Amino acid sequence: MEAQTLSRDSILAAIRENLPKERVSRPGIPAFARQDQPIRQMFEEHLGKAGAAAHSIGSPAEAAAKLTAMFPEAKVVCSAVPEIAGTRRAADVQDPHALADVDVGVFRAQFGVVEGGAVWVTQEDLIVTALGFLSQHLVVLLDPNEIVSDMHQAYRRVRMHETAYGCFMAGPSATADIEATLVHGAQGARSLDVFFLRRV
Amino acid sequence: MVTHTAAAHRMTAPSAMRVGLFIPCYVDMLFPEVGIATLELLERLGLDVGYPLEQTCCGQPMANSGDEANAAATEHLFMQNFKDFDCIVGPAGSCVKQVRHHFDSIEQTETVRHVRQHTYELVEFLHDILKVQDFPWAEFPHSVALHNSCSSIRGLGLAKPSEIMGTPFNKTADLLAKVKGLVLVPIDRPDDCCGFGGTFCVTDPAVSARMGMEKVRDHLRHGAGYVASPDMSCLMHQQGIARRAGLDIKYIHVAQILNGGPFRQRGDPDEHEPTG
Amino acid sequence: MSTNRPVEVATKAEQFIRQDDIHEPMHDRFLWATMQRRNAQAAALPEWEELRELASQIKEHALTHLDEYLTQFEANATQRGAQVHWARDGAEHNEIVYAILKAHGTTELIKSKSMLQEECVMTPYLERRGITVTESDLGERIQQLDGQPPSHIVFPAIHKTRKDVAQLFARTIGTDPNNDDPHVLTEAMRNNARPRFLAAGAGMTGANFAIAETGTFVVCTNEGNADIGAAVPPLHIASIGIEKILPRVEDLGVFLRLLARSGTGTPLTQYSSHFTGPRKGGELHIVLVDNGRSRRLGMADFWHSLKCIRCGACMNTCPVYRRGGGLAYGATYSGPIGVILDPTFNEYKYSELPFHSTLCGSCSAVCPVKIDISDQILKWRRVMASKSYLPLAKRLSFAVAGHVFAHPGEYHTLQKGAGPAIGHAPHFLLYNHTLNPWGREREIPKVAQQTFREWYLAHRRNNGSPDPQS
Repeated sequence: MEAQTLSRDSILAAIRENLPKERVSRPGIPAFARQDQPIRQMFEEHLGKAGAAAHSIGSPAEAAAKLTAMFPEAKVVCSAVPEIAGTRRAADVQDPHALADVDVGVFRAQFGVVEGGAVWVTQEDLIVTALGFLSQHLVVLLDPNEIVSDMHQAYRRVRMHETAYGCFMAGPSATADIEATLVHGAQGARSLDVFFLRRV
Repeated sequence: MVTHTAAAHRMTAPSAMRVGLFIPCYVDMLFPEVGIATLELLERLGLDVGYPLEQTCCGQPMANSGDEANAAATEHLFMQNFKDFDCIVGPAGSCVKQVRHHFDSIEQTETVRHVRQHTYELVEFLHDILKVQDFPWAEFPHSVALHNSCSSIRGLGLAKPSEIMGTPFNKTADLLAKVKGLVLVPIDRPDDCCGFGGTFCVTDPAVSARMGMEKVRDHLRHGAGYVASPDMSCLMHQQGIARRAGLDIKYIHVAQILNGGPFRQRGDPDEHEPTG
Repeated sequence: MSTNRPVEVATKAEQFIRQDDIHEPMHDRFLWATMQRRNAQAAALPEWEELRELASQIKEHALTHLDEYLTQFEANATQRGAQVHWARDGAEHNEIVYAILKAHGTTELIKSKSMLQEECVMTPYLERRGITVTESDLGERIQQLDGQPPSHIVFPAIHKTRKDVAQLFARTIGTDPNNDDPHVLTEAMRNNARPRFLAAGAGMTGANFAIAETGTFVVCTNEGNADIGAAVPPLHIASIGIEKILPRVEDLGVFLRLLARSGTGTPLTQYSSHFTGPRKGGELHIVLVDNGRSRRLGMADFWHSLKCIRCGACMNTCPVYRRGGGLAYGATYSGPIGVILDPTFNEYKYSELPFHSTLCGSCSAVCPVKIDISDQILKWRRVMASKSYLPLAKRLSFAVAGHVFAHPGEYHTLQKGAGPAIGHAPHFLLYNHTLNPWGREREIPKVAQQTFREWYLAHRRNNGSPDPQS
């Protein structure tokens, strides 16, 4: 630890010695004016561009049925939400490795962002964070009234100090590393579907 | 440095101006018709133009190689030649950019500052200072691709670069639009660098040639018979590549178009070196 | 291990161009297309230029108050349960990482993309000590399997064709060499990497941003590989350059709107992940790394390079990079940002990089944090020239040129000599590859029979008034 204190002090001293003469002040970040926008429609449009799809769902029962219809071959459906039971409850999982066999992971996002068609998901939403990344497919519940316009508004909503992990998820896992060809399902989820369903 | 709009507001009535003609070294040696066209054009517009006989170079090849020491003497000579003019006009974007933005190997006296702030590239001078509305003596019934040199658009603000967001504008295109018969053809990569880069073309020849060939092909793809630019240095590079590839496309400075000549009259205007 | 000869970037760029008619055109096409997507995204935001200005100012503010924000970050991250370490250089970073792994008895490590870890040459260090290191980003893994560094900071294998990848995977992970479908290849890598995620004792990431206000760091990926590495193994180690600090959470609104649009032409990356302290049941170590950054802060001409958010836009737009490829630079960082960063690591070795540019200025125009990249490239040329790093031939020719251009009499003599010389020189001499690089690729322009000056003296000899005869 002493060596660490030495390094820390040395780095901070070097920084102080080298600070540029000008002390630039922090600019204020404006709220960018937006005209009335069809929020939900634009969110769905951007979600589509990110490689995901959105579905309007009337009730929890409908949600469960829809999931089964979309993933008839799924053996393991691990759910973090009360609306869909699934075959395994995320709350019962202690070790993230136990999620390696999950076909469909289900959780609720706190809100969506039009920009990028993203949803904000935290450790508390996922219960086990690996649920969002080891699952082959994802179903994300989202209240359609909880969508903000842009990332500035999004960052005013997130409560960073209250969670160890928060992620803006925009669609499924993707890569374009081979000849700039877009492929979904690189390492994480192969697909992501948003179910518009109000909170219970 | 002074932007074009600030300079425009500062200018007094054109007729009171004594203009110094700045002819870059390569124009002097290789493309004198560009200098002739520039001089004749400024005279047609009623200006009193002087040409300092002892001018040589703006020092860009040395400065761009980081060789400040050798650039300084050349910059000093430039100052000596041009210090007594109200403004200096040169038909070369990169050279004018050099004077306005990078003439700092020498002491920045009052005189040096005056010369730097009043050195203009031809297109910006015609467009912003003189605000020329037409060129009745000029006719150019050809399809022309406009080469926007990097110095002219990112250095001197002659056009909005494609990377910067905002209202598009292009001063050179505005002027060429006033020339009877001239058709400007759009191209795929309007402000991608052509690869001349001064000494770059000889220190990085393979990359330079690839970049130049891309330009030549882009122009040809869009049916350009002529390529015009405010910068002859870029055109010299592109012309060399086109000729080597046996491609038929002609290169011309905007001064020649706006003045209605001179065009090279020796048969094929762009004939290359005979084999020896 | 490092040689200290200058990297011959122009030669290596030429090799990339000349290998065939496939690789360079493809490389240029993909990156050009990415730039067009960037332009379309930027054009859709009326506030684009305002965002760039804000980002630039926020970074300049953070950097000119760096010590305060670093200590604030450390305090908040520690309070949330992270263990924060400080490394003065790459060697110390590697030692710290190894010590953490050793303390946990970990021998299997999976990592996401980190240019900082590249800089520290971490992987060979760990491998020599018995740690298996797997790159999880597809492009990085491709390069790791091929024993090459990444050629682009966002698209590490963009210089390879699908056929190259298919053959590489066949050699290394046993896929069908004749199947070069990117979907099939990606699936093969997914299945190859997944067991490694599950077996790894530790996951390592870098960070795009670190927030002083909350002790949070942010990692942006498209694959989600950083997230798997953080969510599955019990130990997460993050390497963070000290220049990544931003003051507040709300600053991220500006940067996230600029990052993916600039680098990949999409509004956001698929995953923008925010880590504040360890996850439930996990342990988090943060290694803050200097490695020359504090020294760079003190360079008046070059400290703005610390604003870099590693978006890759400068590489996408640079026509020289698009043609010559990233491996030509022979350094951790390539492209325009590489040209201005690499000399701070080794001035002599990278003395030719500042000349691998036409100074077109496109990089400065696309940089989301408004680094004056092109101006810094020119300034590095002055440094290289003053240290006599310029090759001898170049120095001599510019000394001669400088002398001649300063003396009009000599200049006019040269003109008289040059014209006839070019006119009468044998073709083979003018076009000799070694003696005349211009002539290698181009026809030589004809020196005019009469220079402008001579014409002027003949037609305007009163030096101001037109000749009455003309």
